[in-house]
Formats: sequence, structure tokens, C-alpha cells
Amino acid sequence: MKQAEFLNVVMPFKDKLFRLAKRLLVSREEAEDATQEILLKLWSKNEAMEEYKNVEAFAMTMTKNFCLDRLKSKQASNLKLVHSNYEDEKTSLQRQLETEDSIVWMERIMEELPEQQKMVLQLRDVEQYEFEEICELLDMKPTAVRVTLSRARKTVREELTKKHNYGIG
Amino acid sequence: MELDNIEKLLEKYFEATTTVAEEKTLQTYFSQESVATHLEQYRPMFSYFSNAKEERYTKQVPLKPRKNYYRWISVAAVAVLTFGIYFGNEYQEKKQAEYAYAETKKAFELLAENFGKGTEKVAYLQEFEIAKQKIYNNK
Repeated sequence: MKQAEFLNVVMPFKDKLFRLAKRLLVSREEAEDATQEILLKLWSKNEAMEEYKNVEAFAMTMTKNFCLDRLKSKQASNLKLVHSNYEDEKTSLQRQLETEDSIVWMERIMEELPEQQKMVLQLRDVEQYEFEEICELLDMKPTAVRVTLSRARKTVREELTKKHNYGIG
Repeated sequence: MELDNIEKLLEKYFEATTTVAEEKTLQTYFSQESVATHLEQYRPMFSYFSNAKEERYTKQVPLKPRKNYYRWISVAAVAVLTFGIYFGNEYQEKKQAEYAYAETKKAFELLAENFGKGTEKVAYLQEFEIAKQKIYNNK
């Protein structure tokens, strides 16, 4: 596969890879690095790529695995993640005080979710994947996907209600 | 009627039994200007999701030619360096040997010169010998 062809295949979903990476890794730089890494890996495999039925699904799974690995290795070294989280929270806190921006609130709520829920929510509510696709991407059973998704949405609702009530009270 | 429908959909939504199409309906409902007050609290959720989809990967897609290029350059650099060190050393040794040779030669020349002087002086002794022989022969 030539470079131009490869780009044509990859372009439509590269943003999805990036958004999934950012959902998991939180920091923008980390997510950019991860996306770059994934695209390079794909490019190095481009001979075999024509055989994959669904390059997008394949790339999404790669991204998921890559990011989870990153998170694991970070938890082991326990350094960088703490730092970027701290930074992120600081800016969002400031902005929140200034504008009471609900989007920022949502961002924080999303950050608090467990990884599995983050991914399901990202894939379904942001990227609008079908259930079967999510099952395939995350290697989960359909019922498990539903339960996780429902739990994630309910948690978000709960947190939002809390915030909403504070706002009134 | 429509509100009723939305409420039902919301309920299904939180049980995760809505289809993608139904979720789109919710999405469009919450993107309107006016939303029923008791549903207002859900609005951030949906606007956040549609917002999140706008995020783009803005960096250039990096493809590899450069990477390989650097690798080969480093290989070449290492090769040049080893050759340089190897032959450089040899050259250095040769220079040193030449210098040592020149120095020894000089030293030998000095020695030879001094020997020459020595033999010149000794040549006078020959005169004595001749004179001595003459004296003995005359006896």
C-alpha cells in the first residue's frame, strides 16, 4: 500500500483514535503521542492491512490496548499521570470558578469514571458505535456492554444532579 | 406529546436500551434553545458529548521515511568513526616510529663523529711507533 492510499484509509478515523486516547490518558500531549504511535504501527503493518476486514476497528482496539498499557506502566512508576491530572484539574477549577462552565464539569465527571465505563461511553455516546462494534472493540459480551453503559450514564446523571442541586441551594 | 416521548427515551437511555437513532433524537432535543426545566439538568451531558466529537487530531500524520534515514546515517557515522580511530592510530604510530628512527640516527651520527675525532688523535700515536722503530733499528 502506498503512502497516499494509506492516508486515505486512515484519515477518516484518526480523530476517533485521538479522542479515545484522550479520554483514557486525559492529557492532550499524551494522547497525541499515543495516536502518533498507533499510526506509525499501522503504517509499519501496511502490507498486512489489506487483509483486515475492518481497519478502523483494528486501530481502535490497538489504541485501547496501547493506552491501557500506558496507564498501567504509569501507575507502576506513579509519576507522570499524577502530574498531568493535577495540571488539568487546576485549569479546570479556575475556569469553573470563572464561568461555571458545565462542559468543564462534565469533563471532570468523565475523568472520575472507571476506564471501562469511560471507553464504553466514549464509543457509544460520542462516536455512536453500534453495540456489536463495541463488543468487538472492547472484547466484551453484549450484556456486559449494556450494563457498563447504563452504569456509566447513571453515574454521570447522579453527579450532574448533585451539581444541579448545589447550584440551586 | 413530544415531551412525553423524550422522557420515555431518557428512561430507556439510562437503562442503555436505546438505539443509536433514538439517541440522536435525544441529542437533537437537547441541542434546542428551550428544554423543559425539569430536563435542563441533562443538557450538559448531551452538549458535552456532541462537543467532544468536535475534537480533532491536528498533528501531521507522521510516516516513516525519516526514521530509517536517521538509522542509516548513524550506522555510517559509527563506521567512519571506527575507521578513523583505527587508521588514525596507525598513522600516529608510524609517525612516532619515524621520529624515533630519526632521533636514533642522529645519536649514532654523533657517536660516529666522536669516534672519528678519537681515531684522528690516535693517529699521532703512530708517529711515536715509527720513531721507536727507527731507534730500535739503528741500534
